[in-house]
Amino acid sequence: MSIPQLLAHGPHDNVGVVVVEGLKAGTEAFCVITENDTSFTMTVNADIPIGHKVALKDLVAGDTAVKYGEDVGKIVAAVAKGGHVHTHNLKTKRW
Amino acid sequence: MADYGNLTFQGWRRENGRVGVRNHVILLPLDDLSNAACEAVANNIKGTMALPHAYGRLQFGADLDLHFRTLIGTGSNPNVAAVIVIGIEPNWTNRVVEGIAKTGKPVSGFWIEQHGDIATIASASYRAKDYVQWASELQREECPIADLWVSTKCGESDTTTGLASCPTVGNLYDKLIPHGIYGVFGETSEITGAEHLCKKRAASPEIAEKWYKMWKSYQDDVIEAHKTDDLSDSQPTKGNIEGGLTTIEEKALGNLEKIGRTCTYLDALGPAEEPAKGPGLYFMDTSSAAAECVTLMGAAGYVVHTFPTGQGNVIGNPIVPVVKITGNPRTIRTMPEHMDVDVSGILRRELTIEAAGDTLIDMVVRTANGRLTAAEALGHREFVMTKLYRSA
Repeated sequence: MSIPQLLAHGPHDNVGVVVVEGLKAGTEAFCVITENDTSFTMTVNADIPIGHKVALKDLVAGDTAVKYGEDVGKIVAAVAKGGHVHTHNLKTKRW
Repeated sequence: MADYGNLTFQGWRRENGRVGVRNHVILLPLDDLSNAACEAVANNIKGTMALPHAYGRLQFGADLDLHFRTLIGTGSNPNVAAVIVIGIEPNWTNRVVEGIAKTGKPVSGFWIEQHGDIATIASASYRAKDYVQWASELQREECPIADLWVSTKCGESDTTTGLASCPTVGNLYDKLIPHGIYGVFGETSEITGAEHLCKKRAASPEIAEKWYKMWKSYQDDVIEAHKTDDLSDSQPTKGNIEGGLTTIEEKALGNLEKIGRTCTYLDALGPAEEPAKGPGLYFMDTSSAAAECVTLMGAAGYVVHTFPTGQGNVIGNPIVPVVKITGNPRTIRTMPEHMDVDVSGILRRELTIEAAGDTLIDMVVRTANGRLTAAEALGHREFVMTKLYRSA
């Protein structure tokens, strides 16, 4: 299997993680879902640093971000599939 | 590495039967005032080590109890062969001495009032010399893996810790807990977002409830009582955010990967509380700040610490070897001198969690046998007492 550029924990996750350095906008990224070892490709539409998240589908304000198959917070600004998901568009539901 | 139960390591069996993997003679200050004398003795007598800290004056109630439990527990840890306690006055100094003496190991107390620093340093130095020469002749012996107490806490986490280094520690626990080791995880505030999952991992409904009350009390009495915002400037930390973690929920889910898939925790311990329900996994109520947490786990008797990191926390501990594990290839590239185990192959799908767990077990055994960790070689000795509230 080739080296993935994105990893997602579970099949229901709507965000994945960049696991290589220097990922550029426009890259056709190879993504593996670690839980079941399935893979897919998708176009990343921003330069995204290693460790940062990518939207695996179009998300709008009010959506719940799902990672590990669990709720990891609320989307507060729309982000298209392939976009960067971080503190500018995702907030905690706690505290 | 199939039969984990047959693993052994070379350790020092102490007077009370517990096994240590280091053989330190320590100078333990009762209070901040006694740091200078302890450091002077450690400078006089080679092979000894002072553990300076910031507290010990005018504490009261549960905060004072924790202060004593941490000092007595640190001196009692089997990685410590012998202890000299120095305090400003005899009463509280002797309380720590008597607590440590219950282990049967050599321990002596000295106090500064009515002697002054110089005479105290001289008396303590003669005793420290006797102790270190005695300790230097103690021999390691072969011990079963079940004698190993292994703690865990992660730091400067990022999204790679949840994918790689935390599940590697979880795999170690899944393999070794059934063979009788003691484990512990903590970081009460950093379970927030995964508390429903953590509660389910308790060994019984009673322990689940005890754990939940501990977690809820931290939320209500510490976070809610003192917060001035949504904590997004502190939790996740700036390092976590740089590494791609966005929310406490996301951080907590990665954090909980450290306890593997199969173990349940036998009890929810107070900070620095020694586990009393036999071999197995425990939860401890701790801060999520690395040095505070590792200090508390050392004080509870754990002798090797496994520390997953993403962005590269450099923490060590004076008496407990801290094994660093990272899956972040940038961290391996930019600060390799701090890392003991590289599991970045998990991100490339070249290394399975199963194989990474075996690599970590091997490194933990090598560390127990005497290999210096990166943090030990670099001189990281962060000894940080947890303070519950202001002193009187």
